[in-house]
Amino acid sequence: MSIFNVFQVAGSALTAQSARLNAVASNLANADSIAGPDGKPYRAKQVVFEATPVDGQNAMGVKVKQVVEDASPGRMIYDPRNPAANENGYVTLPNVSVVDEMVNMISASRSYQTNAEVMNTAKQLLLKTLTLGQ
Amino acid sequence: MVSKIDNALSFQQQALGLRAYRQQVLASNIANADTPNYKAKDFDFTTALQSAVAGRSEGSLQVSKTDPAHLSGTAENAPVRLMYRTPAQSSVDGNTVEMDVERSQFSENAIQYEAGVTFITQQLKMLSLAVQGQSS
Repeated sequence: MSIFNVFQVAGSALTAQSARLNAVASNLANADSIAGPDGKPYRAKQVVFEATPVDGQNAMGVKVKQVVEDASPGRMIYDPRNPAANENGYVTLPNVSVVDEMVNMISASRSYQTNAEVMNTAKQLLLKTLTLGQ
Repeated sequence: MVSKIDNALSFQQQALGLRAYRQQVLASNIANADTPNYKAKDFDFTTALQSAVAGRSEGSLQVSKTDPAHLSGTAENAPVRLMYRTPAQSSVDGNTVEMDVERSQFSENAIQYEAGVTFITQQLKMLSLAVQGQSS
């Protein structure tokens, strides 16, 4: 029954988008963390999506392939009073771009909404099918 | 007698099956709107329904056998032939899903599906009226 696959497909998208939203939250929360558990500045994390077949059918769901760390260099600010400052007085901040993360957040939340709506439509269609012949 | 009732409903049954399948294909497109290099897919409903009614499965590729010892092969067996969408505006990451197109097609297909269910319901009512044969 193809309509049941819609739930799996949209459900996988909800999971993937919430993982993306999770990464965005982590990046925004640590936008100013000059030291992580390893003592180095926090690095922005980005999720990579991958299409994955659902139920051996032609239906393609989506999953998080991997979470990569952003390789771009961190921001440098001049603050000689900071204990983390180097010998020239510069502090390395995380390479989190707040604007990029906000854009990412809006995109993820819109995709989440759309897929939730897809699930709702599939549910309506199934309920309509159950009334067949009444 | 039973086969006649079956024949009366089989067209709508085929149409509803294809509508359900198309709903699944469009849901896949919407789910993968952010997946790099994903190509949006769809199928032509009219031709798919025509070949389904004619009893052909247009998606399955048959291997031509010229010798009885040839194996039949395991070609992909989809009920329809899926085709890639041509995007109006392509994106940098190679994804060809256009959310406005997918959303409108998804809504349209959902309404068509509901219409199909209504048609079957009405047809069943007509049949039961004919079977009862009473005028009230």
